[in-house]
Amino acid sequence: MKKFFTIAFLLCASYLFAEIKVGALLALTGPASILGLPEKQTLEMMVEEINKNGGINGHKINLIVYDTQSIDDEARKKFIRLVQKDEVKIVLGPTTSGESLAIKDLALQYKIPVISMASSDRIVNPINKYVFKVAPSDDHAVQTIYSYLSANKKVKVALLTVQNGYGDSGRASLLKEAKNFGIEIVADEKYLDTDKDMTSHLSKIAAKKPDAVICWGVGPAPAIIAKNFMQLKLNAQLVMSHGVASAKFIELAKDAANGIILPAGRMIVADQLPANDKYKAILLPYIKDYEGRYKTPVSTFGGHAYDAIQIVQQSIKMGGDDLASNIEKIRGYVGTYGTFNFSETDHNGLSKDAFVMVKIDNMKWKLLK
Amino acid sequence: MKKLNLFYLSFLAIVIVLFYIFVDNQFYKSILIYIMINAINASMLNILFGYTGVISLGQAAFYGIGAYTTGILTVHFGCNPLLTILIGILIASFVAFLVGYPTLKLHGHYLAMATLGFGMILYIFFNEFSNYTGGPSGLVGIPKLSLFGFGLDNEDKFYVFISIYFFIFSILLELFDKSYMSYKLKFIKESEFASKSFGVNVSRVKLIVFVLVAAVTSLTGSIFAFYSGFISPVSFNLKYSIDIFIMATVGGLGSIVGGTLGATMLTAFPELITNFEDYEMIIYGTLLLIIIMFFPQGIAGIFKKFWGRYVKS
Repeated sequence: MKKFFTIAFLLCASYLFAEIKVGALLALTGPASILGLPEKQTLEMMVEEINKNGGINGHKINLIVYDTQSIDDEARKKFIRLVQKDEVKIVLGPTTSGESLAIKDLALQYKIPVISMASSDRIVNPINKYVFKVAPSDDHAVQTIYSYLSANKKVKVALLTVQNGYGDSGRASLLKEAKNFGIEIVADEKYLDTDKDMTSHLSKIAAKKPDAVICWGVGPAPAIIAKNFMQLKLNAQLVMSHGVASAKFIELAKDAANGIILPAGRMIVADQLPANDKYKAILLPYIKDYEGRYKTPVSTFGGHAYDAIQIVQQSIKMGGDDLASNIEKIRGYVGTYGTFNFSETDHNGLSKDAFVMVKIDNMKWKLLK
Repeated sequence: MKKLNLFYLSFLAIVIVLFYIFVDNQFYKSILIYIMINAINASMLNILFGYTGVISLGQAAFYGIGAYTTGILTVHFGCNPLLTILIGILIASFVAFLVGYPTLKLHGHYLAMATLGFGMILYIFFNEFSNYTGGPSGLVGIPKLSLFGFGLDNEDKFYVFISIYFFIFSILLELFDKSYMSYKLKFIKESEFASKSFGVNVSRVKLIVFVLVAAVTSLTGSIFAFYSGFISPVSFNLKYSIDIFIMATVGGLGSIVGGTLGATMLTAFPELITNFEDYEMIIYGTLLLIIIMFFPQGIAGIFKKFWGRYVKS
């Protein structure tokens, strides 16, 4: 009898103190580190809070973060490490599109759900039962930009896109959506995100006399473009992608950032939202916690991590071991970027309303319209 | 003619077999697969630089030619996988010939710059030729290799395949090291003028070695493409060329075990210290610095110093 109690006690204890292992693959170094760092900080903050409140269904979360160095192959290695060595149940990230595509097949092979924080459509299309993403699609961002530009009669557009997974997929969207909005593309230039000077690209573009220049990139390069753009005194509206929606960009571009418009999540303009906006209630507490803890301004990328961990939390709460099927059942989750409605055929769950147009004015974000 | 280093070969075989039997975790197997791939690339560079004295910072490009030939031909044209490996080797050899013929007349820094430029051109090509290469976001959906009806669809099976490839490669490497050819190459490295005066056709030998090394690197690239199932230009950029260069240097230039030792160390070590997070890079850098400063002969040099009788190079 005594033995029975001991075993029963041990079983209860192991159930109560069991951890849920959650892996994260983030680009903490390399060109995408501007994105990876706020994601890591947000995850650590959220996990600490969840564990302080007793975990999920009584289980504490054990977060394991690996740096992918913004390299596709490294993400692949680290994914196998998370799944095989650390035996995680679910993987958050990777940060960039290329890394996410690199592990897409592995997720299916090992049957581990992946919640990517990158934006490329190819991550969820064609659909893979185990791969989800929380970042809005490029199509949504492009539609937001184009409807703003065509409303303001700026129809001659030049493109300047970065040569990586992010820029590639943005460029594809920009080219695809152009005719739906009556936009004429007059130049289509590309740059490498290690380039240190873009005046030659911009001079070529200037010759075509566009009304607007759309730059699609992340990291320090867009800031260089903004500076070169100012030095060349180009007479056009400079439009950036949502990839630069962090305070780091303004810090790098300094006053060259003024006047730039971009589509962005509501996070950076949360205080300017109308009082009855349903996202305001979520964003303000997160911003207060984050800025209070890390003493740096929030960026929308941290918001992706916030959404990802909330989705993990909801899917685990539903019970059962099949987390991928659980995520497919999540409807109406109000996140930092919009309302997520996942389904078996939609592993992103966001719609065009994820974006608002934002202008940088006097080195501050300003909500347009 | 020296005797073959049977100790080293049997040691390799035992380690590979024991690892297969006792290690169940696929993560460790995947690390060993990467080690073997890197070891082959680093050993080939070692022959080029350590033996012949031809510096090349464009090896990743040949690796990429193999991987992309296989990727493009299988994904877009549905070719027979084994055939694509062969086509990759032919293309890489041809490109190596075209590049090597004029550039191998250069020496030292100039040759380094030329090969570096070649690597960059190929990197841009992989990015820009996006209708076929998939551009910067990569090529998805490369089928798994299957040999004689056995599909190599998981780490276990692939481990067996790459082990056999690696072991055969190691035997060939060992045979090369003890052959007349390796002395000829070392002679060229010592002094091109002296070897010329002894009747060695220096430029021809260098070109042959360059083409052969490119062919083997391309073969390894094709195998990598089958293993990974996904390739993107980032895997074949300058960083990878420099990585294998460091592996060969740290392992020991001019020593046949150098490439393997360096690859083992530099592939496994970052995985071991991942848990230190922020200090990872500092530890890694310090280690490289110590080896280069105090052991210019690389790890193979350390072994030779202490256990000279076992690892005669």
